[in-house]
Amino acid sequence: METAVTQDAARREVGLRELVVGSIKHNTKQYTMFLALIGIWVIFTFLTENVFLTPRNLSNLFVQTVTTAILAIGMVLVIVTGHIDLSVGSVLGFTGAVCAMFMIKLEWGVFPSVLATLAVGLAIGTWHGFWVAYRKVPAFIVSLASMLAFRGLIIGITGGQTQGLEMAPEATAERFKLIGQGYLPTFREGVEGQVHDTSLYLVLLVIAVYAFGSLRRRHARQRYGFPVLPPWAEGLKLLALSAVIGLFGAIMVVYLGIPWSVIFVLALMVLFSFIAEDTTFGRHLYAIGGNPDAARLSGIDVPRHTFVLFMLMGMMTAVAGIVYTARLNAATTSAGQNAELDAIASAVIGGTSLMGGEGTIFGAIVGALVMTSLDNGMSLMNLDITYQYVIKGLILLLAVWVDMAQRRK
Amino acid sequence: MSGDFILEMRNITKEFPGVKALEDVTFQVRRGEVHALVGENGAGKSTLMKVLSGVYPHGSYGGDIVLDGAVQRFATIRDSEHAGVAIIFQELALVKQMTIAENLFLGAELCHGRGVIDWNRTYRETSRALGQVGLKVNPATRVRDLGVGAQQLVEIAKALSKDARLLILDEPTAALTETEADNLLGILEALKARGVTCIYISHRLREVARVADRITVLRDGKTIVTDDKAAMPEDRLVRTMVGRELTTMFPRRPRTAGEVVLAVKGWTVRDPVTDDLRCKDLSFEVRRGEILGLAGLMGAGRTELVTSLFGAWGRRVAGELWLEGRRIEVPDEGEAIRHGLALVSEDRKRYGLVLGMDVKQNSTLASLRRIARLGVINKNEEIKRSAHYARELRTKTPSLEQKVGNLSGGNQQKVVLAKWLLTQPKVLFLDEPTRGIDVGAKVEIYNIMNDLVDQGVCVVMVSSELPEVLGMSDRILVIHEGRLAGGLAREEATQERVMHHATGGA
Repeated sequence: METAVTQDAARREVGLRELVVGSIKHNTKQYTMFLALIGIWVIFTFLTENVFLTPRNLSNLFVQTVTTAILAIGMVLVIVTGHIDLSVGSVLGFTGAVCAMFMIKLEWGVFPSVLATLAVGLAIGTWHGFWVAYRKVPAFIVSLASMLAFRGLIIGITGGQTQGLEMAPEATAERFKLIGQGYLPTFREGVEGQVHDTSLYLVLLVIAVYAFGSLRRRHARQRYGFPVLPPWAEGLKLLALSAVIGLFGAIMVVYLGIPWSVIFVLALMVLFSFIAEDTTFGRHLYAIGGNPDAARLSGIDVPRHTFVLFMLMGMMTAVAGIVYTARLNAATTSAGQNAELDAIASAVIGGTSLMGGEGTIFGAIVGALVMTSLDNGMSLMNLDITYQYVIKGLILLLAVWVDMAQRRK
Repeated sequence: MSGDFILEMRNITKEFPGVKALEDVTFQVRRGEVHALVGENGAGKSTLMKVLSGVYPHGSYGGDIVLDGAVQRFATIRDSEHAGVAIIFQELALVKQMTIAENLFLGAELCHGRGVIDWNRTYRETSRALGQVGLKVNPATRVRDLGVGAQQLVEIAKALSKDARLLILDEPTAALTETEADNLLGILEALKARGVTCIYISHRLREVARVADRITVLRDGKTIVTDDKAAMPEDRLVRTMVGRELTTMFPRRPRTAGEVVLAVKGWTVRDPVTDDLRCKDLSFEVRRGEILGLAGLMGAGRTELVTSLFGAWGRRVAGELWLEGRRIEVPDEGEAIRHGLALVSEDRKRYGLVLGMDVKQNSTLASLRRIARLGVINKNEEIKRSAHYARELRTKTPSLEQKVGNLSGGNQQKVVLAKWLLTQPKVLFLDEPTRGIDVGAKVEIYNIMNDLVDQGVCVVMVSSELPEVLGMSDRILVIHEGRLAGGLAREEATQERVMHHATGGA
């Protein structure tokens, strides 16, 4: 049934039913993936006799997800624009090693090392962007070249040996470790099993900011005379989403608190969702991926956007490299191997279309959680590594098939 | 009686949602003749040939196809090929990276036993087939290394190698130079002498006059007349082709042209790959408060002209562009938009829309910066502005969040229009603005064009539909092979005159 848009504006308030139906219709993919994640968790909880669902394990799971999630956030935008980046695994390893060497060999502090590493990531991204955007070499090839090259360079700068951070000045090493392994500090001494006070406050703060944002959006819509939810439905929605945030927070609050690295990821998720959905840059990337010709004819500078996109991806890879090295407390030659595949798989499982033009940051985070949950759960079960790889591969295949089947409908 | 005809198409009717493309068409071709099928764009020629060749399978149309006295029910192109019908479409169907020989036997490779290609035989046969069409090149040449004319001949050779009894050529000379076209016509005459029957579709009446034995004219999906060439001099041909009275389809408003807004001087456009001239030294002006129609045959250079004026052609452009008395440079589309130019391209799905995006996102795509601060989009403003134009243009959509891929052609075109209106253009180029749109939506688009002109926007419209050009334009420029072949004021413009210029008449 087609109705003129004019009639929509006549109604000021939308019913709950419409909200739910509309939301499900618009986000089928994300709901499917979310349900899949819950399903995987339930299965593992059974198979591991409840070990999987303990706050301790879930908290670990979140920390393990961090590097994949950071890469996946960047990868979503790259794939949405119709490109791919196969180099992120090698570049993650390389930037991580560079950061370690700054601290070990040059004995720089944490802050300058991190900053310099981010600059290195940016430079690598610029290199990729130059070739893809201005020399028209397919991103697949450009990044494949870097995948090989940087794997070699890792060996070059680490001398082929694992560089433990204990070789760095002790104070530096301690502070650096926090990035990957540390938790939010507490006002009083934290004890396992006890409520972690600062984390609790942080969760409450996030809920408050979220509620405030929702109300502001509502007011803005009212100012424009657009339909809004009736107050009770708005309240219900707020309550439900606050509960989800609260539950997620609670898992970590009752363990050791919220890890720094998880805070990074969540901040990056919010930032990049904002970039994707609310900025002209993000919108243009989706348009370029959806139809490059139409984007160009709409006055969008396609090469420039591609260039900046790869710079961004390079920087995100460096962030992932830093966090990864800090968690491992060492730079290894094998760091980041296959990480590009995990990142791509996360994005795709989270609903990003390899045809371009479609995908969400949030979906990719869910995808990363799916991938890491598989790793984590199967390790808890002591499953043979052979099967772990096979199962992960099959899950990816299944996820994309489900996606394609839904699309055809 | 039917022994005389190799092909009879009886009472063919073909409908598309909302459009009757063919209505009770009867078309008879005698054995061994070249039969020209002519008519305006949209008259139904290509549709008829697609019915004949099985592109539209049996059951999707009404009526009978009778080949050599037997009723045929083609389900695919393959079926019609087996029956000896070979069609050569406007867009060539060759694999450019492969050699001539590989293309010629693609899907029907000559083999030793099973699955192993017999290259010696393949090359020998290819040479023979190329000889038939007078093409003297190595069969191992890659198709992409051939010119368009030679590729056309390869297509014909391919059809002949399949023992085609009935060869259909759909606008074979549209992309050819004069010498190439001449050569092709010579080949056709030679083939006719050898007994090949041929259906020849063309806009170029001189070619028709040269090769055809008989001519059938289609108009508005109906057969108007079939007659011998001798009984169809050019003036009768043109009259029967365009023959309809202009109806009230074109809402016309009285207006007077104002000052010159856009002036084009010595505009020359070259093909970026082949370096061929597409537009040659074109000069003209567009005034405020008028619709300028650009008429001409397909491939005359009109699309190239408006694309290059909008800065979307690349570097192979020379000439001056003056907007409101000042010389401007438009190196790219972004600059064009900043100057107040807008282009509704001829293929909205390919160039106009991001099909996976919704109505509001498509509407604001070219003007996103106007509703953003520091790169952050004001989404409420986005809804407000896109809703405004959805209302104004009467776009039928369930909501602004509907993906444009799900809308009908007319509504998609309105979204494209909304996108450009949101950039507040001074000059709006419309390339085939009503192609593939049903009649009701066409009239709505015409009304929108009139409204825009009233608001002071200059409209430059490229259209291959003569009634549309005549009905909407205040002034008409006719382009023939990249050159300005004539300029007609609205009062003096007739279909015959436009056609005369468009087909290269002096």
